Amino acid sequence: MIGALVAGITGSGGASLSSYESIASATGTGTSSANIVFSSIPATYTHLQIRAINRDTLGGTGTSLFYVRFNGDTGSNYVRHRLWGNGTSASSSGAVSQSFIEIFGSSFYSGSTNVGASIIDVLDYASTTKNKTTRNFSGNDNNGSGFVNISSGLWLNTAAITSITLVPEQGFGTATQFALYGIKAAA
Amino acid sequence: MPAGATYEPIATTTLSGASTWTFSSIPGTYTDLIAIVVVTSTTGNSFHWRFNGDTGNSYSYTVLEGNGSAASSARSSSDTNINIYSGVGTANPSMFRTHFMSYSGSTNKTVLSEAANDKNGTGIVNRLVGLWRNTSAITSITGTTFAGTLTGTATLYGIKAA
Repeated sequence: MIGALVAGITGSGGASLSSYESIASATGTGTSSANIVFSSIPATYTHLQIRAINRDTLGGTGTSLFYVRFNGDTGSNYVRHRLWGNGTSASSSGAVSQSFIEIFGSSFYSGSTNVGASIIDVLDYASTTKNKTTRNFSGNDNNGSGFVNISSGLWLNTAAITSITLVPEQGFGTATQFALYGIKAAA
Repeated sequence: MPAGATYEPIATTTLSGASTWTFSSIPGTYTDLIAIVVVTSTTGNSFHWRFNGDTGNSYSYTVLEGNGSAASSARSSSDTNINIYSGVGTANPSMFRTHFMSYSGSTNKTVLSEAANDKNGTGIVNRLVGLWRNTSAITSITGTTFAGTLTGTATLYGIKAA
């Protein structure tokens, strides 16, 4: 059974003075197989943004990644396309019928002293008529190695997103920090 | 309860023929910082970032770029700065956005940067990840051109997590 560190929303309502609001944040526990879940996401924003730094618990010094799922959906309902640079050449790839959206080059293994970084935009997350698109920017530089990535993700489901599950390669180390933000359109 | 203002302007610098500028005395109260620079250049040369006045070989970066003909990638290791790795327009403004992630945290510092530089027939679009091998909190950020001077604005924003 996969444990979950839940960083749900407590409290409710309240007029916002800003169109870019912090919703929730979470820190890695260093426990293998422990996901981070942002739950009970209100439908009151237009877009969401996840900002993160990461280091995995898996041993070694190489590059790592994490995965994103919506509303607990573990089915083959995700698609992604990626463009990346490894410091020598640029490459591209795509994948359909995935059980998650991969955020490549967003982390390092536990033996590195550095962290990967990522910014994930979840667009029109509360729509009930559109499948959901993400725009992802991530990278990890290890002073001689590393990757910079841009990718798009697609969740083939028109349901409003009410939860986001972040899945590590092995575990989110204690240097890992996730923050979820909501962006409101003009009234 | 969602927070109030989360994305706050910290400082804006008007660049009028400037070759360098510094955001200083940056408070450690935010989670991430974002610098947005919109400028033209007298020579078209790029600029770079340094932190806390560190001029040592403490920086590195990996970049992905497209020049309108091909996509490519490059890297610099043990460098004296994080190069934005894009020229700057001389007639039309170029836009740069750099995210300084967990800038006051206890790890070495990772930045994600974007460049948009279209010159109506030439230009660069890039994404870059940079590293400052220092666990100190970033309290100052200095931008400096490789050559020439810049005209435009540089604004620093702070983002607070819950």
